[in-house]
Amino acid sequence: MSATDIHDPNRRDFLYVATGMAAVVGAGAVAWPFIDQMRPDASTLALASVEVDVSSLTPGSSLIVKWRGKPVVVRNRTEKELKDGEAVNLSDLKDPIARNANLPSDAPATDANRTTPGKEAWMVMVQVCTHLGCIPLGQEGDFGGWFCPCHGSQYDTAGRIRKGPAPENMAIPVFKFISDTKILIG
Amino acid sequence: MSEGHSTYTPKTGIERWFDARMPLPRLVYDSFVAYPVPRNLNYAWTFGGILSIMLVAQILTGIVLAMHYTADTNLAFGSVEKIMRDVNSGWLLRYMHANGASFFFIAVYIHIFRGLYYGSYKAPRELLWILGCIIYLLMMATGFMGYVLPWGQMSFWGATVITGFFSAIPLVGDWIQQLLLGGFAVDNPTLNRFFALHYLLPFMIAGVVVLHVWALHVTGQNNPTGIEIKSKTDTVAFTPYATIKDAFGMIVFLFFFAYFVFYLPNYLGHPDNYIVANPLKTPAHIVPEWYFLPFYAILRAITFNIGPINSKLGGVLCMFGAIVMLFLVPWLDTSKVRSAVYRPWYKLFFWLFVADAILLGWLGSQPAEGSYVFMAQMATLLYFAFFLVALPVLGLIETPRRLPNSITEAVLEKNKGGSGHPAGAAAAPETKG
Repeated sequence: MSATDIHDPNRRDFLYVATGMAAVVGAGAVAWPFIDQMRPDASTLALASVEVDVSSLTPGSSLIVKWRGKPVVVRNRTEKELKDGEAVNLSDLKDPIARNANLPSDAPATDANRTTPGKEAWMVMVQVCTHLGCIPLGQEGDFGGWFCPCHGSQYDTAGRIRKGPAPENMAIPVFKFISDTKILIG
Repeated sequence: MSEGHSTYTPKTGIERWFDARMPLPRLVYDSFVAYPVPRNLNYAWTFGGILSIMLVAQILTGIVLAMHYTADTNLAFGSVEKIMRDVNSGWLLRYMHANGASFFFIAVYIHIFRGLYYGSYKAPRELLWILGCIIYLLMMATGFMGYVLPWGQMSFWGATVITGFFSAIPLVGDWIQQLLLGGFAVDNPTLNRFFALHYLLPFMIAGVVVLHVWALHVTGQNNPTGIEIKSKTDTVAFTPYATIKDAFGMIVFLFFFAYFVFYLPNYLGHPDNYIVANPLKTPAHIVPEWYFLPFYAILRAITFNIGPINSKLGGVLCMFGAIVMLFLVPWLDTSKVRSAVYRPWYKLFFWLFVADAILLGWLGSQPAEGSYVFMAQMATLLYFAFFLVALPVLGLIETPRRLPNSITEAVLEKNKGGSGHPAGAAAAPETKG
């Protein structure tokens, strides 16, 4: 360093800091598109709602529709399934939260909160195990609800986790009855 | 042993020309010809070479398979069948690639267990060991993504379950999972990115292999006695001794490999993967490739909440923890003696650990119900106990057997016939002084 460069901070210090800052900001700006491109793209997000005709569903039958690449089950529950679901004591539940996207996030997991008012027999639910994403089999297992063949999680007739490694009740998507025979999911 | 000065002398004009500009022939000569290796290496030490040719075989067959494969959910399954039926020699290339992955893992497991048995991870080889662990992780990622590409039922549901691990992470889990999948479920964006990464990762493995070999050549090889090389009589030259021994090991290994390719090509696969992926139907019993089964068993063993950690996150943490244990081995083992040959108790616990790992693998292939769950929980406990209890405690309380003074002494003790230092040692020099 020559004798003339004695001012502190000097011009060179400024250049070091400015170059370093530009490099950091530049590296971040370059890195972002590489991460951003991995997120769900516009065509994936566009498949966000489906309309389902449920007029053919008699009590005890169900149908499955694909929503956002996942199966959503619509089940018209039998009288017994509804009674079994309502009879469950909240303190027996592994996950006491309703997990219903139509309700506040802290709503308790009563049978009524797992359905929609006036249509308590109807379950509309993302039929994906909350453990690692397998599709549980309907009307099987110890609780007469759903049984996941992958790792043995058992759900009751309202899709609430009762036994096995899954941590949460199966999710209820945003949905509504737009008529007596039509449901809009998403 | 790279500190030893180079003994390379260029003989021809072209060698001298290269040596003055880029001494690549010198590097090859010093690393693979004159390089001194312990004279007592057994066949467990041939698996490094076997792994190298398996990596090359996987890259070569993979590149030509990629010329016929289509990474699109509507076409992938059909394009693999086309490789099997229409492409000339396609069936052979695909069976070599699919079984090559399995044999790559057979070799790497023998290689890892060899390192554990003879204490090859101990100072100064910690970094060498960790680079090996990184290669193993990259192999697992590559193997997993490769299994997704045929787009069969096991491809799809294996991918669903394994990417589901990431949703267990608190707060950001779902976001990370969507980032990996490129959507809300395994679909076309997932298949495309897995194909791109499956093509990339083997070259990253090759890069880390170069670092692994570099680190090996700095510290020198460990050997069955675990004693460092002390004099020139402890070693033989890499060529011809190690070269020939490695070549023989490779040939025998390739016999087994060829047997599977030609006679049992689907034995290590799963029949459900010949059913095209169906996002609405989970197979009755999902199993990953055999080489992931022990970790899969650990994942499923955690069926209970542990304090604030729910069962799902607990299972994922235990599964990744099982691999983290390998990285920590150099510091968990407190013994001053490397080789299990001189550690009677460690030798016993090592074989119990091998049995436990095989038991976990078998449990991983069974359905997660009834007594299997309890057995998997016990086997998981034993797995972690080996690393967290046996390794640290044994080093403190075990009395090792007397160590020989040198590799040469150990070899001579074993082969009482040879005495002193006979001059002519052309035949079987590893058994003579």
